Amino acid sequence: MTASAVQFTDVLVIGGGLAGERCAIEAAAAGHDVLILSLVPPRRSHSCAAQGGMQAALGNCVMAEGDNTTLHYLDTVRGSDWGADQEVARIFVEEAPVAVRELAHFGVPWTRVRGGHNSYFIRGKRVEIDERLENDGLIMHRDFGGTAKWRACYAAAGTGHAALYAVDSEVVRLGITVRDRAEAVELIHDGGRCWGAVARCLRTGGHFAVVAKATVIATGGYGRIYGKYTTNATINEGMGAAIALNTGSVPLGNMEAVQFHPTALAPSNILITEGARGDGAYLLDKNLHRFMVDAEPEKQELASRDVVSRHMKQCMRDGNGVDTPYGPHLWLDLRHLGEQHLITKLREVFEICRDFEGLNPVTDLIPVQPTQHYSMGGVRVNKDGQAYGMNGLFAAGEASCWDMHGFNRLGGNSLAETVVAGRLVGRAVADYAAATSLDVHTSLALGTKHAAEQRAGDWLNRSGSGPDVYSIRDAMGETMMSKVGIFRTGDELTEAVDELTALLIDCDRAVLRSKVPGMNPELSFALRLKNMLRLAFVTAKGAQLRTESRGAHYRSDYPLRNDAEWLNRTLVRWAADAAEPEFGYEPVGEIDLPPGHRGYGSDERIEMYEPVEQYNSDAYERQAEHGRLASSEAPGSRILWGAWREHV
Amino acid sequence: MTRNESTASRRLRFEIFRYNPEDSDSKPHMQTFELDEAPYMSLYIALNQIRETQDPSLQFDFACRSAICGSCGMMVNGRPALGCRTLTTDLPAVIRLHPLPVFKLIGDLSVDTGTWFRQMVEKSEAWMHAEQAFDPAASEERMDDKLAQAIYEGERCIECGCCVASCGVANLNADFAGPAGLNRIARFMMDPRDSRSDAEWFEIVSSADGIFGCLGMMACHDVCPKELPLLEVHAYLRRKVLASALADGGN
Repeated sequence: MTASAVQFTDVLVIGGGLAGERCAIEAAAAGHDVLILSLVPPRRSHSCAAQGGMQAALGNCVMAEGDNTTLHYLDTVRGSDWGADQEVARIFVEEAPVAVRELAHFGVPWTRVRGGHNSYFIRGKRVEIDERLENDGLIMHRDFGGTAKWRACYAAAGTGHAALYAVDSEVVRLGITVRDRAEAVELIHDGGRCWGAVARCLRTGGHFAVVAKATVIATGGYGRIYGKYTTNATINEGMGAAIALNTGSVPLGNMEAVQFHPTALAPSNILITEGARGDGAYLLDKNLHRFMVDAEPEKQELASRDVVSRHMKQCMRDGNGVDTPYGPHLWLDLRHLGEQHLITKLREVFEICRDFEGLNPVTDLIPVQPTQHYSMGGVRVNKDGQAYGMNGLFAAGEASCWDMHGFNRLGGNSLAETVVAGRLVGRAVADYAAATSLDVHTSLALGTKHAAEQRAGDWLNRSGSGPDVYSIRDAMGETMMSKVGIFRTGDELTEAVDELTALLIDCDRAVLRSKVPGMNPELSFALRLKNMLRLAFVTAKGAQLRTESRGAHYRSDYPLRNDAEWLNRTLVRWAADAAEPEFGYEPVGEIDLPPGHRGYGSDERIEMYEPVEQYNSDAYERQAEHGRLASSEAPGSRILWGAWREHV
Repeated sequence: MTRNESTASRRLRFEIFRYNPEDSDSKPHMQTFELDEAPYMSLYIALNQIRETQDPSLQFDFACRSAICGSCGMMVNGRPALGCRTLTTDLPAVIRLHPLPVFKLIGDLSVDTGTWFRQMVEKSEAWMHAEQAFDPAASEERMDDKLAQAIYEGERCIECGCCVASCGVANLNADFAGPAGLNRIARFMMDPRDSRSDAEWFEIVSSADGIFGCLGMMACHDVCPKELPLLEVHAYLRRKVLASALADGGN
C-alpha cells in the first residue's frame, strides 16, 4: 500500500458489536461521518452470543412488581462489591428502560407478558401465578442472579442476537460505512490527543490509517488471555484495551476484576446462560445434591456469579465434582423445566447441549464448570465515556471501565450497558466531534502507519529456532486459569507474573513458520500476541498487588473485603516501550450507598476507617490527578443522594 | 453413553481446498492432512489443530464456536454446514472441505459473507420502517407473546450463508434475495411495527429476484443449521403476495 492509504472521517468506531454500533448510530444521527472498523461482519460480533437477557426495571410481571430503578441500582452496587462508580450505576439504571424500549422500536421481538395463568419454577418449586391482564403484551422479565426482582428483559435465549441484528439494521438504514475484517492495531496520538487509528486489513494484510476527530474503542472483552478457558469468542482478544494501554497515557481500570461464569459447558466452555438457573435449573454435585441450597439458603443457585463460581470450585476441590479425563465438572439439571419450556424459552440452551455433546436437557444432566466470561476491567473513562489522559478517545461497553460493574457484574447488566453506554457515549462523541476540527499533520498518521508496517515486517524477517506463537498462547492460558483464576494466592500470582514475564521474552524471539503474502493467519495472531501477554501481565500483577478479596477477585490469603485500604479502583499505565507498568489507585467515585453486606456471600469485612463524607470530599479531585478529564456535567451531578434509603 | 464418549480412535483424512488470492504463486488445489480423532472433536477443533501443528497458512473463519455467530459456514463433504457444530463422529473418516460457493473467496475456506448480507439488507430495506419516531418517555407498544415468538422464529437466522450456498437459483442469479433474504423480508412483513403497505412489500418481494425466483427445490430448508422453517416462510410470502395482487386487481 502507498502513502495515500489514509482515510478521513469525523468519528471512528473501533468494534462493530452492540456498544460500538449504538454509539455510531448516535453520532451519525447527529450528522457526522462515521466509520466502523470490525474484525468480522458486525452481526458476527460477540454481542450476538449474549443469551439470557438485558436488565431494565420495567416491573411488568408479577414477580417484578414494585421494581424500580433504585432497586436496580442497589443490586448493581451490591453486586459490584462496592467497586462500582455509583454515579455511573445510577445513570445506567435510569437509562436502561429507555434503551430497552428503543430496541423494541428497532424491532427486537422481546418475549411478552402473557396475561392470566402462568407456571414458573422458583427456588426449586413450581409456582402458579396469574399475570395481570392489564399488563398483557408488555415486555416480560425473567429472574437472574443477584437481583431483588425479576428484571431481565429477554428474547427467548437469543437476546444479544436479536438486539445486535436490530441495531445493525439501523446502522445499515443510516448508511454508516462498516469496514469489516479490519483490525485497529495502533492509535494515532500525540500523547494527549487521539486522532484515529491505524488498522490492518484482514483480507489483504495491508495497513491503512483512519484520521478522525473522535475515536471510540468498543472492542469488547479480553477473555482469550485465558486461552481456551473462556466462554468468549476467538475474536475477544482485547486489542482495543491493548492499543489504549500502549499509548502510555491512557490507564486501564481494574484489570484484575475478571468474571468467571458458573455454567460453561464442559469441556468446550461454550456458555449456558444464567437464564437457565433464572428459569429454575439446579446445580448438582456428583451425588446429585443441590449444594447451593446449603451454601446460600437465601439466593441458592441465583447468588451473584462470583459467589456461585467459588462455591462450585470449592465443591469440586472437596472431591464432589464428577471426574473426567478433562478434569472435574458439576451438573446443571434442567429436566424438571419440561420440554415445552426448554424448546421455547431456552431454545438456544437446548440446541447447544444437543449439537455439541449429543445431550438432551429434557432427559440428561448437563456437565458444567465455571470459566472466564467477562472483563470488568478495560479502558478507564469518565461518565461521558471519555478516556482518562487522552482527549478525543472514548470507550464503551465491555472494552471500557466506565465503571458500573466494579468487581463483579450482574448477569444481564452488560448487555444493557452496551446500548445504554452506546447512546450516552455516542452523544458525547457527537458533541466532541462537532466542537473540534481535524487539525492534525498527516505525518503523524503516516508515521504510526509506518511503525505498524515495520512491526509486521519484523515478524516476517525474524528467523531462527524460536518458539511458535500458539505454544506461547497456550502457556499464557494455562498460567492465567491456574494461577489468576477463581481462587488466588500471593504465591501463585507471583509465579504467574514470573511466567508471563518469561513468555513476553519468548514472544520477542518467537518465529513464524508461514510467510505467505496476504492476511497470513499466523502473522495476524502473532501481531496480537504481545498485546495479549501485556494485558495478561497487568491482570496478574494487579491481582498480586490487591491484597483483599472483592467481588470476583478472591485472595485465599486475604479472604476479606478491605474497605479500609482497598475501596478504590486500580489504574495501570504501560507505554509500549516501557519496561514496567505503573500502578496507581483512585477513589471509586463519590459514595452514596455506604459499603455493607451484599445479601449473599460472606458478611465479614474490614470496615472503612474514614467517614464516607471524608472519602467523598476529594474523590473527584483525586480522580482528576489520575487523568480523569472534564465531563459535560459536573462529576456526581447524577447521583440521587440517599434515594436508596426508602428501600433498605 | 453419548456419541462422544466413544474411545475408538480413527485416523481422519482431511482434503481441504486451498487458494490464496493474495499470493501470485498460489493456484486452487486440494491439500490433504491427517489427524487422530479425539472425543468431542468438531471441525473447529480439527481445523485449528491442523493450522497450529501442520500448516499455519490455512485460512478459515470461526468466532463464537457455538453456532450463534454464523462465521464458519463451509462445504462439508459437499453439503453446506457450520464447521463449529459439525462433529467428526458424524462424518466418515475422509472429510472434504470447500469454501461456500456464491460468496467471494477470501482465501482457502474463508468467504466474504459480510458484503453479500449487507447488500441484501440494503436492497430489501430489512430494517424497521416505523411510523413514528421513538418516544423515550412512552411505555413500549404492546405485542401478543405468540406473535413475538413467531417473529423471533424468523429472527433466529444467523446469516451463515449455508442456505444461499445450497440454493440453485442463488448460485446462478446474483440478484436473487436468497432464502435468508426472503426469510428476513418475511420477518419484517409479519411485524406490525413495520408500517410498509402490501403494495410496498409487493414491489420488494414479487419478482424473479424475490419469491418468484425460487424454484421450490428447498435444499435451503434441509441445510439450515438453525432449522428455520424456510418451507413455511416461502409459502407465507407466496400467500401474502398473491393476496396483495388479488386485492390490487379488485381495485
